[in-house]
Amino acid sequence: MIKQSLHKRESILSKAEKQLEYLSNGVFKNGDLPSFKQKISETSQFPMRAKKLEILQLNLGYMCNQLCEHCHVDAGPDRKEIMTRETMLQCLKVIEKTGAHTLDLTGGAPEMNPNFRWFVEEASKAGIKDFIVRSNLTIIRANKKYNDLPMFFKKHNVHVVSSMPHWTKGKTDKQRGDGVFDQSIKALQDLNAIGYGMPESDLRLDLVHNPSGAFLPSDQLSLENEFKKSLLADFNIHFHNLFAITNLPISRFLDYLIVSDNYEDYMYALVDAFNPAAVANVMCTNTLSVSWDGWMYDCDFNQMLELKVNSKAKHIKDFNEETLRDREIVISQHCYGCTAGAGSSCQGSFS
Amino acid sequence: MSKTYYNPDDLRKFSKITEWSEELGEKFFDYYGKVFEEGALTAREKSLIALAVSHVVKCPYCIDAYTKDGLQRGINKEEMMEAVHVGAAIESGATLVHGVQMMNKYEKLSM
Repeated sequence: MIKQSLHKRESILSKAEKQLEYLSNGVFKNGDLPSFKQKISETSQFPMRAKKLEILQLNLGYMCNQLCEHCHVDAGPDRKEIMTRETMLQCLKVIEKTGAHTLDLTGGAPEMNPNFRWFVEEASKAGIKDFIVRSNLTIIRANKKYNDLPMFFKKHNVHVVSSMPHWTKGKTDKQRGDGVFDQSIKALQDLNAIGYGMPESDLRLDLVHNPSGAFLPSDQLSLENEFKKSLLADFNIHFHNLFAITNLPISRFLDYLIVSDNYEDYMYALVDAFNPAAVANVMCTNTLSVSWDGWMYDCDFNQMLELKVNSKAKHIKDFNEETLRDREIVISQHCYGCTAGAGSSCQGSFS
Repeated sequence: MSKTYYNPDDLRKFSKITEWSEELGEKFFDYYGKVFEEGALTAREKSLIALAVSHVVKCPYCIDAYTKDGLQRGINKEEMMEAVHVGAAIESGATLVHGVQMMNKYEKLSM
């Protein structure tokens, strides 16, 4: 298991420009594989442009109680980047006026932001249709002060989306750390106990599956059936949907691919699985990702690669829905991760 | 670099066999794709059968491909190894059942 973030270790891959350089060299530079731009040009899909804003995703900070091997945020206990109240106020102004139907809070562990509860209370007043918090589950059990989070989520009708790579302990702990599986199971039981994830309940509880290794996720529905069958039989746990999300070759997952000598094969697998139909539905076309310090990006992955939106306004304080619409999406080779197979986004596969 | 008959990179080139015989290649890949679709058996069950057979026919490309396929489907290592044993049991059983032939011949030739 890793002990520190790439950032803390001062790894060369903690630098966004070095990751982008890596993703443009090797098999892409020597022409063995087409660049993402070349690939989408073959089907006349370049340049990709933003459509109507539907999902506003806010990263409340990179601090996390976990240190997952595959984390594309390079989050962990040693990260100190946290969204300030001032930036949150700027975000609230946007939430009040935007036509986006979904607000999606992520991190790190967003609950670790000291202003998290205040922000959720304020944001929920805006009447957004789908208010998501991406909770890693273990945070609920990590410290007494977080134990009442399920009730807090319920009070504000928050849609809980949580990561769970596998329905067995071994695979989960290998990716997310020792003890994570048992704590996650307890947290899911806590959520079920107050109605989250129950078959007829409106309190939404969805799980996210990231493959625990250098391979792509399989069919989302089949995996969901396996998860449901096993979690119910072994732990009497219910949840609504499973989102199967492809690991993108950036940050800690990129580091893992390189160290384990899987990088080239993984890129071949992504390019082989390229699905032109998925390009039309990738999340960057209807999402705006805002970093802890208020910069705007086409998606969470571009945020980590420091590829800001291609628009006059780049900071949330200058947000303007009109100028952001039709902006050209910033792309690189990591984008293959969202166009592989059935396609992948923070909301799971598309079909 | 040492020369070997098998090169892992060749698996990626599998579809190229069609270039030298388009009609037969296409028919094969159509058939192959159809076989692995969900049917009376699930795609997951078919993946485990494929993994077992891969070992029996000792095809390193197939072993790589169906280990990865199994991982993608969430098949765990215990299930994979049990599948390999099923293949191995049938294969060793197929050897051993010929022992009856040997016994028959032995008895026939002996006084």
